[in-house]
Amino acid sequence: MRLAFYSTASGNTARFVERLGEPAVRITAGDAPAMTAPFVLITPTYADGEGRGAVPKPVIRFLNDPGTRANLIGVIAGGNRNFGEMFARAGDVIAQKCGVPCLYRFELAGTAGDVTRVQQGLERLWQARTHSNAVA
Amino acid sequence: MKDFARHTPAARGINWNRVQDDKDLEVWNRLTANFWLPEKVPLSNDVQSWATLTDQERELTIRVFAGLTLLDTVQGSVGAPAMLADAVTPHEEAVLTNIAFMESVHAKSYSSIFSTLCSTTEIDAAFRWAEENPHLQAKASKILADYAPGADPLKKKIASTFLESFLFYSGFYLPMHWSSRAKLTNTADLIRLIIRDEAVHGYYIGYKFQRALERESAARQAEIKDYAFGLMFELYEIEEHYTAELYDGLGMTEDVKKFLHYNANKALMNLGFESLFPDSVTDVNPAILSALSPNADENHDFFSGSGSSYVIGKSVATEDEDWDF
Ligand SMILES: Cc1cc2nc3c(=O)[nH]c(=O)nc-3n(C[C@H](O)[C@H](O)[C@H](O)COP(=O)(O)O)c2cc1C
Ligand SMILES: [Fe+2]
Ligand SMILES: [Fe+2]
Repeated sequence: MRLAFYSTASGNTARFVERLGEPAVRITAGDAPAMTAPFVLITPTYADGEGRGAVPKPVIRFLNDPGTRANLIGVIAGGNRNFGEMFARAGDVIAQKCGVPCLYRFELAGTAGDVTRVQQGLERLWQARTHSNAVA
Repeated sequence: MKDFARHTPAARGINWNRVQDDKDLEVWNRLTANFWLPEKVPLSNDVQSWATLTDQERELTIRVFAGLTLLDTVQGSVGAPAMLADAVTPHEEAVLTNIAFMESVHAKSYSSIFSTLCSTTEIDAAFRWAEENPHLQAKASKILADYAPGADPLKKKIASTFLESFLFYSGFYLPMHWSSRAKLTNTADLIRLIIRDEAVHGYYIGYKFQRALERESAARQAEIKDYAFGLMFELYEIEEHYTAELYDGLGMTEDVKKFLHYNANKALMNLGFESLFPDSVTDVNPAILSALSPNADENHDFFSGSGSSYVIGKSVATEDEDWDF
């Protein structure tokens, strides 16, 4: 599977991922699945006012696995602009920690436009990878 | 006497060491960490900037803040307390009392802005205007009807989420507009603190709504969803009139309406519903978006960028004891 995501009981990220129409692995508080092939991570942001704790703990535990981390190729972050500078901060933190790009940021469960842009972006990303693998 | 005692439920203290819903504690922690008072914001630094506004711009600003004061007052004194009776955990009650108190802080902070920038005559005129404005009164009475004693708990939560996540935004637009023009920047800092609080309030009430709705029958779920979209349409129509009356004079109405659409979608998403307005009418002025979340867009997202290369995020604090690498 090429997508992994985390979502809490409010379910925004889960609703966003569902509309992407692509199978995705769900990270839960009790279960950090190991990723064995290249994938993109989708996660919400839960920072305090200072930016601490932006990345949910289950996502940190998931990324602590070196094998999973080696397969991470980018992150997509959820949030809410009302949080000001902290908007979608989880994307910046993971990008920095794991040396991967933040591919996209969206608010709450995302709009129809967000879904389309992410679908198209992911499509381009996978195509570019297939292409470069074929050349290499 | 004995009989009476047997039938009265025992009074209970709240035990924060047994939390049934983790969201209660999570939201409590975030709300208390967010706590602020208007005295912390150096509003008087805006006096010079205030003097650069035209009479018309000043009057608009005072009226917008008087309208926001009214909504915060309603939510603090009626809305949040009205939901106490429907709380399913004692911790939810505690969160609601925190929300109610913060609404009182919000309402009072507009008075701090007024006393810093305006004369007593101007302040009194603005409160009178708010009391007499038909559109403002119409939205307040729509919401208050759903807050009435004995009202449907689900409808209370819908009205409350719409107030927190939609009705404020015709007002919030203006300080974000001034901020994007480097005017009233301290006032804008204070409004951003309110905007952040409202995000957590709308999120939490919407979350409790989702939990309560999932326990209902399919028929009742459909009825409630219809009610929510119906109320949104009615409120939107009032907001259109309110917005036009306020902003037509400065030619800003169309821009404000995009902001209304954008926030209406977010309010519906907080309830767990799909958004209503298509992207073609939610293209909020980017200057307003960056006034909302300053510095958040420094790095272009790869997927929305016009062929820009991968950019690794800006330097951010990444420390968290849970990271293993
Ligand atoms: C306690 C709390 C803290 C939050 N902190 C942030 C934040 O710092 N930045 C942000 O962009 N969004 C923040 N959010 C908003 C969430 O990221 C947003 O609602 C997201 O859609 C939640 O996803 P989920 O429903 O899948 O868990 C916060 C929400 C809550 C309840
Ligand atoms: Fe408020
Ligand atoms: Fe609020």
